[in-house]
Amino acid sequence: MDSVDLALVAACQAGLPLTPRPYHAIAAQLGLTAEEVMARMQAMLQRGVIRRIGVVPNHYALGYVANGMTVWDVADEQVDALGKAVGRLGFVSHCYRRPRHLPLWPYNLFAMVHAKTRGEAEAYAARIADVLGAACRQSDILYSTRMLKKTGLRIVDQPPLS
Amino acid sequence: MNRTDSPVLPLSEIDRRLINAFQGGFPVCERPFQVAAEALGLDEASLIARIEALLAAGVLSRFGPLFNADRMGGVNVLAAMSVPAADFEALAGLVNRQPEIAHNYRREHALNLWFVGAAETSEKVESAFARIEAASGLPVYRFPKEREFFVELILEA
Repeated sequence: MDSVDLALVAACQAGLPLTPRPYHAIAAQLGLTAEEVMARMQAMLQRGVIRRIGVVPNHYALGYVANGMTVWDVADEQVDALGKAVGRLGFVSHCYRRPRHLPLWPYNLFAMVHAKTRGEAEAYAARIADVLGAACRQSDILYSTRMLKKTGLRIVDQPPLS
Repeated sequence: MNRTDSPVLPLSEIDRRLINAFQGGFPVCERPFQVAAEALGLDEASLIARIEALLAAGVLSRFGPLFNADRMGGVNVLAAMSVPAADFEALAGLVNRQPEIAHNYRREHALNLWFVGAAETSEKVESAFARIEAASGLPVYRFPKEREFFVELILEA
């Protein structure tokens, strides 16, 4: 990531311009050539800096009203192998190992599921429980009941391009 | 506004196909809308208009590249607080006002406020969490990821 990449990120983190030549519009804004903008976008896609380019739907608007963060207390020596297996389940969108905060929070494996009903989310959780088996001591599902803020990533303030 | 209460808008068949086809893979070329539109049997101007309308209606929350903060040398950290119901609105507002906070959700649990701090450095994320702790007098529990097993959210419309 050099300063030009950072400027590109800053220019399109709120979204791509909705004009016929969006990469040309960004290039004009940054004083770059469109070829350079497109080459850098491709390179960032290849390196995984950009996960993907496209539309980001609002879960609720598509009827995904049961957005559950399923959390699991999994034996430390097994959590990495089992986390990978849970991450492979097609209905799991994000899967991470995170720290516990005992005694308040005993869970170290987090897996997000998105469903249209809580019954469907619970069926997904049951399949995760099957994968974890006896290594899981306890679990919970935290449903989001309100989206209070959701912005695109804004990690770049206003990088100067000199 | 409680977004979970908002009615599900009926989507046209073309909007559904657009959402299902382009949660990734939007082209990088001179006329990407034209290329994408062809795949959907639309013309360029109609596709741009559809995306504009879906953004305005809130069906789409964004259109563009999705960045991976980790690969940019950035940091994002999940955190949670246990907020008394009477103070919920004020504290949710306090969290939302911090520019480093990217997402904030109310969840059903003793830890009822879950948010993500994202910034160029862990110091900046920490300073946002510290400001929230100082202003609220409540602990912010940090849940940095120790290992990522999978990330890819594709929703079928």
